[in-house]
Amino acid sequence: MATYGIGRVVERSLAGRSRGGELSFRPVLFLIGLWFCLFFALLFLVVLVVTTFVDGAGRLDLRLFTEYPAAAPERAGARPAILGSLWVIGTTALMAVPLGIAAAVHLEEFADQKNWFNRIIEINVQNLAAIPSIVYGMLTLSALALLGVANKNMVWVGALALAMLILPVIIIATREALRAVPREIRQGSLALGATLLQTTLRNTLPAAIPGIATGTILALSRALGEAAPLLLLGGLVYLTFDPNGLASGYTTMPIQIFNWTGRPQDGFHELAAATSILLLVILVAMNAIAIIIRNRFQKRW
Amino acid sequence: MVIHTSVRTGASLPDKPYGQLACEQVDVYYGSFRAVTDVSLAFGINEITALIGPSGCGKSTLLRSLNRMNDLIDGARVEGRVTFMGEDIYGKRVDAIEVRRRIGMVFQKPNPFPKSIFDNIAYGPRVNGIRVDSMSDLVEEALTKAALWDEVKDKLKQSALGLSGGQQQRLCIARTIAVKPDVILMDEPCSALDPIATARIEDLMHDLRREYTIVIVTHNMQQAARVADRTAFFTAQVDEGNGDRTGVLVEYGKTAQIFENPTDRRTEDYISGRFG
Repeated sequence: MATYGIGRVVERSLAGRSRGGELSFRPVLFLIGLWFCLFFALLFLVVLVVTTFVDGAGRLDLRLFTEYPAAAPERAGARPAILGSLWVIGTTALMAVPLGIAAAVHLEEFADQKNWFNRIIEINVQNLAAIPSIVYGMLTLSALALLGVANKNMVWVGALALAMLILPVIIIATREALRAVPREIRQGSLALGATLLQTTLRNTLPAAIPGIATGTILALSRALGEAAPLLLLGGLVYLTFDPNGLASGYTTMPIQIFNWTGRPQDGFHELAAATSILLLVILVAMNAIAIIIRNRFQKRW
Repeated sequence: MVIHTSVRTGASLPDKPYGQLACEQVDVYYGSFRAVTDVSLAFGINEITALIGPSGCGKSTLLRSLNRMNDLIDGARVEGRVTFMGEDIYGKRVDAIEVRRRIGMVFQKPNPFPKSIFDNIAYGPRVNGIRVDSMSDLVEEALTKAALWDEVKDKLKQSALGLSGGQQQRLCIARTIAVKPDVILMDEPCSALDPIATARIEDLMHDLRREYTIVIVTHNMQQAARVADRTAFFTAQVDEGNGDRTGVLVEYGKTAQIFENPTDRRTEDYISGRFG
């Protein structure tokens, strides 16, 4: 079906050009150049995914989920990293989602959008979304130093850095979702004597939930694949126990992959590839859920 | 279903409207732009008043200032007095929320909430904390008054967005009725509807007049002639002060008089289709 689709596009674009008398050498060369770029980008992705699968498929077994890291690759698994990722992402969601939604609701529904202070906040939220993730790690690190926290390898510390990382993304996604709710809905509610708060809680926000959910899931999937800030915060540890609380030590899947990739033994490279496959599957699943939510609940006003 | 085709005679109407809701020398501004200038008129209790006039004459703006929906627009402000039962609705101690509960509004485009039919009607009473013995009775009463009950009684749990445009607009009217307002403002309520749906809304307005004071903005002169007891004709004229165009009230009277015997030349020109 895909080839059929691509074939049609080529046919059509060539036909269009011939009608317009543009089926000359240069436009066609340009078109071929564009196709080549697309092909090249896809090629890299495919090679990456395929080699990872080839390398890791052998170790994608139960041991990956049940075993702890060990000196011998045959006996090693990613159990603490998988559980650690769940702990950290869960905590990140608890920190970032309510705060992000509340901030977006304030900025979009309540704040005076012409006020210079609110405009500065708005511009900064946009900028924060584009800051490299390691900066958030450094920020958390210095905050902890000021607070005098010596042991940084705790679930809530990693979650704090990731929460700050995805907070702007959640705020922006939530604002977009709120903005997509027609003005008429708010007016209808206010005209019935509802307060702005009632209107927001009972009408605007529920109508925006699919968009918010989509944005939040995508933001969390970004946090799930993030390694840099956690590396800075001492997430690279050799764990032989399950993380069991907010103050527990932890490591996450991307860090475990990073760790194993750096080892000389081939067995660990296999393990890294297997963990990568697992991470990839989780990320694709999260993105798929986001797309399903978006499509199913997309409102036609 | 009766389709009203003739101009209402207004024979039984008092000469002066008994004004429950009234404008006294009202100016409406958007920032420094004066959209409406010096409007004084009283809307008769249990009467239908139509506001007509060409685009840009400020009739919708005036309507929105009658229940403080204009407060929601940045820079909008009202000078002069809009009184409801003798009290200035823009007074310092008056709560805009309470004003909007007493003076409801139906919009140009049907805007049902993305909820069930039942929840659409129950929304107003719920947010206003109106205590009722049975919400279902209240919902049924409102839908019956809005002539929608028979069409939706078997699908109250279904989404209101599944209704037709005309049904949605009657749902919006029912939703407004459910909070038991005294006045219903309608901003071109039929402009998005087909003629049959329009006729049903017009019938409905006739029935509602017994209990409510209705003010309707319409672009459709035939509609004003069919439904309104009194008609106010607005036009846009050049403001002598700054050269901007601003809306003014030209003539206000019983609908029959406005349509058959207008006193102002501009009204006559508009009614006879010479401009607008």
